[in-house]
Amino acid sequence: MLYREAGDFKTTYRADQQTFPIRSERYLFWAAMAVAFLVVPFFINSYWEKSVLVPLLIWSLVALGLNILTGYCGQVSLGTGGFMAVGAFACYKLMTSFPDMPIIFVVLASGGVTALVGTMFGLPSLRIKGFYLAVATLAAQFFLVWIFNKFPWFYNYSASGQITAPERTILGVAVTGPNAPSWATYLLCLSFVFVLAWVARNLTRGRIGRAWMAIRDMDIAAEIIGVEPLRTKLSAFAVSSFYIGTAGALFFSVYLGAAEVTEAFGIEKSFLALFMVIIGGLGSILGSFLGAAFLVLMPVALKNLFVGTLGWPTDVATHIQIMLIGGLIVFFLIVEPHGLAQLWRLTKEKLRLWPFPY
Amino acid sequence: MSVALLNLIETTLNGLMAGVMYSLVALGFVLIFKASGIFNFAQGVLALFAALTLVAFQTGQVPFAHLVNAIFGTELHKWGPGLPTFLAILLTMLVMVALAFLIERLVLKHLINQEPIILFMATIGLAYFLEGFGDLMWGSDVKALDVGLPSGGSFWWEDVTREWAAEGSGYYGMYVDLLDVSAAIVAVALVVVLSLFSQYTATGRALRAVADDHQAALSVGISLRTIWVIVWSIAGFVALVAGIMWGAKSGVQFSLSLIALKALPVLILGGFTSIPGAIVGGLIIGVGEKLAEAYFGPMVGGAIENWFAYMLALAFLLFRPQGLFGERIIERI
Repeated sequence: MLYREAGDFKTTYRADQQTFPIRSERYLFWAAMAVAFLVVPFFINSYWEKSVLVPLLIWSLVALGLNILTGYCGQVSLGTGGFMAVGAFACYKLMTSFPDMPIIFVVLASGGVTALVGTMFGLPSLRIKGFYLAVATLAAQFFLVWIFNKFPWFYNYSASGQITAPERTILGVAVTGPNAPSWATYLLCLSFVFVLAWVARNLTRGRIGRAWMAIRDMDIAAEIIGVEPLRTKLSAFAVSSFYIGTAGALFFSVYLGAAEVTEAFGIEKSFLALFMVIIGGLGSILGSFLGAAFLVLMPVALKNLFVGTLGWPTDVATHIQIMLIGGLIVFFLIVEPHGLAQLWRLTKEKLRLWPFPY
Repeated sequence: MSVALLNLIETTLNGLMAGVMYSLVALGFVLIFKASGIFNFAQGVLALFAALTLVAFQTGQVPFAHLVNAIFGTELHKWGPGLPTFLAILLTMLVMVALAFLIERLVLKHLINQEPIILFMATIGLAYFLEGFGDLMWGSDVKALDVGLPSGGSFWWEDVTREWAAEGSGYYGMYVDLLDVSAAIVAVALVVVLSLFSQYTATGRALRAVADDHQAALSVGISLRTIWVIVWSIAGFVALVAGIMWGAKSGVQFSLSLIALKALPVLILGGFTSIPGAIVGGLIIGVGEKLAEAYFGPMVGGAIENWFAYMLALAFLLFRPQGLFGERIIERI
């Protein structure tokens, strides 16, 4: 009724292969984008920016990056927090060393630096597989955080060991620093996420993406039919780290403003990202967004419920929150191991025939 | 003997002791991985949960006191003077068995035949749940755990080793923590008991059969689900022992659950499927870590303990991708 394909004829391959092949879905997507770009900036306030929208966008980017590596190429990584830290510190060093460099370029360059580091830490994946690799990537996590703590050059010898983002502007509007208006930071993050998600979608359905998936499904068989493991695995690490590094740069410069490495990029961030990817759905772009939304919004909602509405002490509320998050993760894995994206797919199947299923 | 040599021996000894503590945690991982192919990330939290429960029984805390006080405005804290240590340990063991049963019933049963990564994620979810649950039940303050184990340095050993140094070198003797020594003894006893159990009892043989081949074990009439409950109970027992040792050393608090992160490099070094691997891996990591901290740490500014073990394990893995004692990985198409 609402959602149907009848009468939606495709006359070219191009039309058949598009991202949203069903017309109503396409309209819905563009309507959502129009609201996000044109309506939300006028109504956004500081609370929604700081605790909901900007973290949601940045974590979506992280989940997208990890999904490329884990979901599409099958290499489980627990080094996400470390790679985010690389992005953040690269961003800080570039911002302070070259004050005139445009912020967009700085963020992308931080992604580039992270891609290099990520490729380096991806090298063991050629030899180590599965859980052994997951544990090996923890080496990256601990090592990188240690480096950013130990060598004062990275935080410009500041006494507290913190890095603080100076103010940078785009077209005269501040996007980093304490004076940045909510709508500006939101629009900056949204634009990055929009473009990078579009790139990710097209990468993953092209030649590179098919090579990644071949390696994921069975690496030996892929190697035999001519997919080169070295190039494929390392490119997955590079692209994934680029996304995560970009997100880390935004996380530090736009969202946090000031960061201390062990606190902001600790191991729990790596787990959080992995949760997002698994709950959202491995190997799905939409899933990355759904997973990020779930894990960013749920703590906010729970906190509002327990502390705001019921008036419980914060420590009890935190314990219940951790417990509920754990419980919900297990629950979702049991109900749908392929994640929220799969639930959405099933819903669409149902919707096609609704309200007259045969 | 020169002082430098004596220092080297002391560092190595302490490394071996630390390694035994790592092995204690790694053992729990290996047991579950062998029997069910699950990489159980919750092992560290299991240890924390066991230690918390033990302390609570010892001191007689009321479960969920904080929550109840918050909701009903009551002032509940303790129900009595607490139980003697032996009884408390026994009761905690019962709790761990009940927990194993619940985990099998509520989680694992529904995840049979899923991919390993899904099961891994489920155990991380479980870790979060238990962490919140433990804190909610018994409060999150740091608790002291005392089960009557000796602690502090050994004076006898200090006296003995002082004799070894050359006259007039001012050497004070080696410091060896008695608690670490008892941990080592307990670990050895644990491994002996576990290997006797798996060698000479019917249940133990069933466990080994399951570890070898799930389908073959099923076909000769071994109930996988019962085995899983037993394995998780044993892992709970190992977690209790690790929790007691680590808790007695550094207090029972949230950071206790992070010992899981210490055990991971031990695991990949020794191989996920090998009990001797967990022991030898733990010793190598412990010694390597202490030696590196003492001799290599000052060069780069110290505090390398966090990542050194991982790098060491990674270097080993590049030569043996399945770990030192892991089963050889054979891949077919």
